[in-house]
Amino acid sequence: MDPENQDRIMGLVDEHGAGDLVVVLGAADLESLEVAAETVTVGDPAYVGPLAGVQLGLPVVHILEEDVKEQVDAGVYDEQVGLLEMTLDVDQVREAAKKFPGRDGSS
Amino acid sequence: MKLDGKKVIALGERDGVSGPAIAACVQSAGADVVFVETECFV
Repeated sequence: MDPENQDRIMGLVDEHGAGDLVVVLGAADLESLEVAAETVTVGDPAYVGPLAGVQLGLPVVHILEEDVKEQVDAGVYDEQVGLLEMTLDVDQVREAAKKFPGRDGSS
Repeated sequence: MKLDGKKVIALGERDGVSGPAIAACVQSAGADVVFVETECFV
């Protein structure tokens, strides 16, 4: 993840506290997803940004997960994600999301 | 994970769902978006 974004996220945790924050990812690439999820939970796996070795432990979800989709207004979801939902490998993303750090694999 | 009332960091990706698209979705779910970014993974 871009070091500048890591810095912003660290600042947001300082400002708001980790308790109310949730990271919602939108990446379709599995490696990219894994890196982003790791960075905001257990620290930057590449050890290049300010989150290297910093365990923020933020909850991470993906916008394509059923549990997230159910909470979004259907019209908005269709407008913003509908087309991508048809073209991206949604099942693959959902499987990857189950393995985000902090998940127990059952959600 | 309930989004209503949460502060959301929307981290999209150029080749997937963009940050602004995520933000629009989670706002409709009652979340407060505090950061929006669309990364380009290389």
